[in-house]
Amino acid sequence: MSVNGTGYEHDVEPRTLLVQHLRDNMGLTGTHVGCDTSSCGACTIIANGETVKSCTLLAVQCEGAEIKTIEGMATNGKLHPIQESFREHHGLQCGFCTPGMVLSSWQLLERNPKPSETEIRHAIEGNFCRCTGYHNIVKAVQDAANKG
Amino acid sequence: MGDLIGKSVKRVEDYRLLKGEGKYTDDFNMANQTFAVYVRSPHAHAKLVNVDISAAKAMDGVVNVFTGKDIKDAGIVGSICGWQVDFKNGDTMKEPGHPILAVDKVRHVGDAVALVIAEDKGTARDAAGAVEVTYEVLDAIVDPKAAAQDGAPQIHDDVPNNTIFDWELGNKDETDKAFKNAHHITELSYHNQKLIPNAIEPRAALGHYDISDDKYTLYTTSQNPHLARLIIAAFVLSIPEHKLRVVAPDVGGGFGSKIFTYNDECGVLWASKQIGRPVKWTADRTEAFFTDCHGRDHVTDAKLALDADGNITGLRTKTYASLGAYLSNFSTCVPTYLHGTLMQGAYITPAVHVDVTAVVTNTVPVDALRGAGRPEATYCIERLIETAAREIGMDPAEFRLKNFIPPFDGVKQPGYQTQVALQYDSGNYEGTLKKVLKNAKYEKLKKERDAARADGKLMGIGFSTYVEACGLAPSALVGSLGCRIGLYDAASIRVHPTGKVTIFAGAHSHGQGHDTTFAQIVADEFGIGMDDVNVVHGDTDSVPFGYGTYGSRSISVCGNAIMKSVDKVKEKGARIAAHKLECSPEDLEFENGSWTVKGTEKSVGFGDVSLTAYVPHDYPENEEPGLDFTSFYDPANFVFPFGAHICVVEVDKDTGEVKVVKYFTVDDAGNVINPMIVEGQIHGGLAHGIGQALYEGAVYDDSGQLLNGSMLEYCIPRADNMPLFETDSTVTPCPHNPLGVKGIAEAGTIGSTPAVVNAVIDALSDYGVKDLQMPLAPQRVWAAMQQAK
Repeated sequence: MSVNGTGYEHDVEPRTLLVQHLRDNMGLTGTHVGCDTSSCGACTIIANGETVKSCTLLAVQCEGAEIKTIEGMATNGKLHPIQESFREHHGLQCGFCTPGMVLSSWQLLERNPKPSETEIRHAIEGNFCRCTGYHNIVKAVQDAANKG
Repeated sequence: MGDLIGKSVKRVEDYRLLKGEGKYTDDFNMANQTFAVYVRSPHAHAKLVNVDISAAKAMDGVVNVFTGKDIKDAGIVGSICGWQVDFKNGDTMKEPGHPILAVDKVRHVGDAVALVIAEDKGTARDAAGAVEVTYEVLDAIVDPKAAAQDGAPQIHDDVPNNTIFDWELGNKDETDKAFKNAHHITELSYHNQKLIPNAIEPRAALGHYDISDDKYTLYTTSQNPHLARLIIAAFVLSIPEHKLRVVAPDVGGGFGSKIFTYNDECGVLWASKQIGRPVKWTADRTEAFFTDCHGRDHVTDAKLALDADGNITGLRTKTYASLGAYLSNFSTCVPTYLHGTLMQGAYITPAVHVDVTAVVTNTVPVDALRGAGRPEATYCIERLIETAAREIGMDPAEFRLKNFIPPFDGVKQPGYQTQVALQYDSGNYEGTLKKVLKNAKYEKLKKERDAARADGKLMGIGFSTYVEACGLAPSALVGSLGCRIGLYDAASIRVHPTGKVTIFAGAHSHGQGHDTTFAQIVADEFGIGMDDVNVVHGDTDSVPFGYGTYGSRSISVCGNAIMKSVDKVKEKGARIAAHKLECSPEDLEFENGSWTVKGTEKSVGFGDVSLTAYVPHDYPENEEPGLDFTSFYDPANFVFPFGAHICVVEVDKDTGEVKVVKYFTVDDAGNVINPMIVEGQIHGGLAHGIGQALYEGAVYDDSGQLLNGSMLEYCIPRADNMPLFETDSTVTPCPHNPLGVKGIAEAGTIGSTPAVVNAVIDALSDYGVKDLQMPLAPQRVWAAMQQAK
C-alpha cells in the first residue's frame, strides 16, 4: 500500500487491523486508538480519498490502497490550512481526537466547501471530543471553509 | 508588566499535536517489550473458587501468567486511599483493601483476576481467553441507599452495612429550627447518576525494571506523575522512591480519571521485574468503562426552607454516596469535603446541614470526575432554588438576587464565612447574574418563550448561579480534615546563560495548555519572548515534586509557584545587575527585560545578567553563580470561582427530545492569563455538564451488570448535540495569591447541569412536571409528559 505518498510492502497477520499496522508496524502513531469499535473516530484516516475509521479495516483489505494519515497533511513542515484553522481557533486541547477530527473536516470540505454549522456538526458527529465541547472545532472548520 | 498576560496567545503545543507528533503513552515502545492483558471478572459479586492458568501458560508466545496469589505472596496489598474521613461518632473510616488481582472474591464487573504477559498483544489476548476461572456468584448490590440497609449483600467482610463512614457538616439544631419555623419548604429527591469519564485516550502503562541500574521506569497516563510515584514507591510496591521514574508524556484527556494510581499500572511495573523485560498494557475501551473510576452516584433527599418574604432560611440534605466496590485514592473526600462544604452556594442561607453516608456497592470504583463533588452540590442547590422560586411564584432571577451574598472583594470587605466550614475569598454573584441577564436579553427571551408556548412549542429557560471551590488546597487545612498528602505545587525556573528560560512544572498538562500559559507568565514577567521560554512537565526525574493537575489548580497553585521562582530570579538578577551598574539593588527598577537605575538611562538587560550569572568573572562577592530557582507554593485558601448560566431549551412535544438552543455564561475566575484557553475550558466543561443533564449515565441491572458499557450505548455528547456557547466574564481577582487567579476547568461542568434541567422543567411547566431524573433522555421526558397529561 501507499502511505502518505510512499509505497510500502509488509507481511501482516490476517487479523491485523489497519490502525495496528499503521501504528505498530509503520510507526505512524499520529493515528490514535480510542475505542477499537468504530465509535470514537480517533483512528480516522483517508483511504483512496475517503475517510474511514482505521480500526474498522483489516490491513490486508488495504492492499494496493492509497492511505493518507495525519502525518501526511502538513507539507514541508507547514500546516495544512485546516490544521492552521484548528490552531487559530483553539480547536484542540489534549490533541488525542485531533488527527481524526482534522481528517473528517478535510473530507467534509472536499465534499461541501461551504458547509452550514449544522452540516459541520453532522459531518464530525462520528468523532468524539471530550475537551472542547466542539465549539471551537466548529469555528475552526468554518474558518477553513471561509479561507478555502 | 509585559503585554502577554491577558492575551489570547495561540498555543505552542498545537503544532506537534496537529501534525500527529504528540507522544502519548501507547506511542512509546521499548526493546524486548512484552504485552499484558488483564483477565477480568464478568460477575459483579462472586467468590473466586479457582483460577486455572495452566492452559494459558502453555501457549506459544506466552511469557508468564500471574494470579492474585502470586501478588499476595509477594506481600503486595494494592492501591490505597489518600483521605481518611471518620464516622460521626469518631470511629475510624472502614478501609477495605484493594488487591491488584483479586484473591478470594471479585466485587465488580471488571475486577482483575489474572495478568497474562505475552510476546505480542494478540497472543496475550488469546491466552487471557484461555485462563479458566471458576466463580460462585453472589447477590450483588448497586443502589447506594439500599447498600446501607440491613440485609443487603455484604461486599467486604469488615464493612458492616457496606458503610465506609457517615459524616455531617453544618449546624443541625439551627437547621431543624429553620425548618420548624419555615413558611414554605421545597423538597427534592433525586439520583445524581453515575457517570463514566471516557477520556478519549484509554489508560496505558509501559513498565520497565532495569536490572543493571536497579531502577524502574513507568510511562503512564497520569495527571500527576509525582503522586503516582509516591503511591507506587511508598505504599504499593515498596520501591525506593529514587529508583522509580514516572513519566506522564502527552495525555489524551483526564477529567479526573487519570489522577488515581490504579492497580493495573502497578501490576505492569511489578510484572516487568518478575519477567525481566518491559511490559506494556493499554486498556481497550471496554476496560475503560469497567475500570476507569466513575463519578457522582449520589442518592439525595434535599430540602430548602423559606420565610414568608421569600428569604431562604435553611437547607438540609441527606445523601447516600456510592464509592464503588473499593476505595479509590480520593473517593472519600469527594462526597464530603468537596461536596458538603459547597452547600452554602451563592446565598445567605443562615442554617445548613449536610449528612452523607458513604457506601461500597458492586460497581466500578467512584472518585473525582470533572468538578468532583461540586457539581453534586451545585445541582442540589440550584435545583432547589429554581423549584422554590417556581413554587412561591417568584422569577428565578429575582429570587436569586434577593438571596445572594452581597459582593465582597476579600480586601476591603472580608472573605465570606459560610455555614459549612469554607471561607469564600471574593465574589460578586449579582454581578455575573446581572450581566448574563443582559447578554441573554432575558426579558425578550421570556416573551419569546411565552410566544412559543402559545404557538404550541415547548421552550424553557433555566438558570444556575454557582460558587465552587478549587485550587486544591492549603495543605495544613486539608491535613486537618483527613487528607494524607500535601496539596501544594512546585515549579523551577532555570534561566540559561543566554537568557533563555526553562520552566519545570509540577502541574501536568493534558489539554490545559500549560506550555503556553506558563510560558506567557514567565515571558511577560522577564520581558522576553514566548519563543525564549519552554515548559517541561510530566517526568519525575526532571520536575520538582508537585501534586499535578486536578481540581482546577494548575494556574492558582502551580502558576503561583512559578511566580515565586520568578521573584527569586528577579531578586538575584537585581543584585547581579547592581554589581554591574555599581549601585545598590534598591536603586534599580526592572522593566521590559532590563534593570535600570531609577531616574537614569543606565541599564543592563536580562540576557546580560543571565550570562554574568553563569560566567561570573566580574561578580558580586558571596553571590552563588547560576540563575535557577525552585519554589513550592502552598495556597492560603481555596479559590472560589463563580458564575451565572442561562440555558434555553426546546423540547419536542412528540418525542420528548431536548435540544439546547442557546447557552449563555458569565464566569468569574479572577484574573485571566489566556482568555482563549479559559474559554476553551469553559466550552469543554459545559459539554460535560450538559452531557450529564441530557445524555450520560451508567445503567446497572440488579445483578451488577453495566448495561451500557460501550460508546455505542453510553451516550457521550456529539458535535450535533451541542450549541454554540455565548460566554462572557467578570473579573473579581483572588485576594490571596500573587497572580489574583482562580480556576476555570470545572466551572462549566459545575454550573451547567442544573441550568439545563431547570430549563427543561420550565419548558414542561404547563404539564405540571416538577422534577425529572437525569439524564433527561427522550423516553424519560416523553413519559413524564404523558403521565402529567
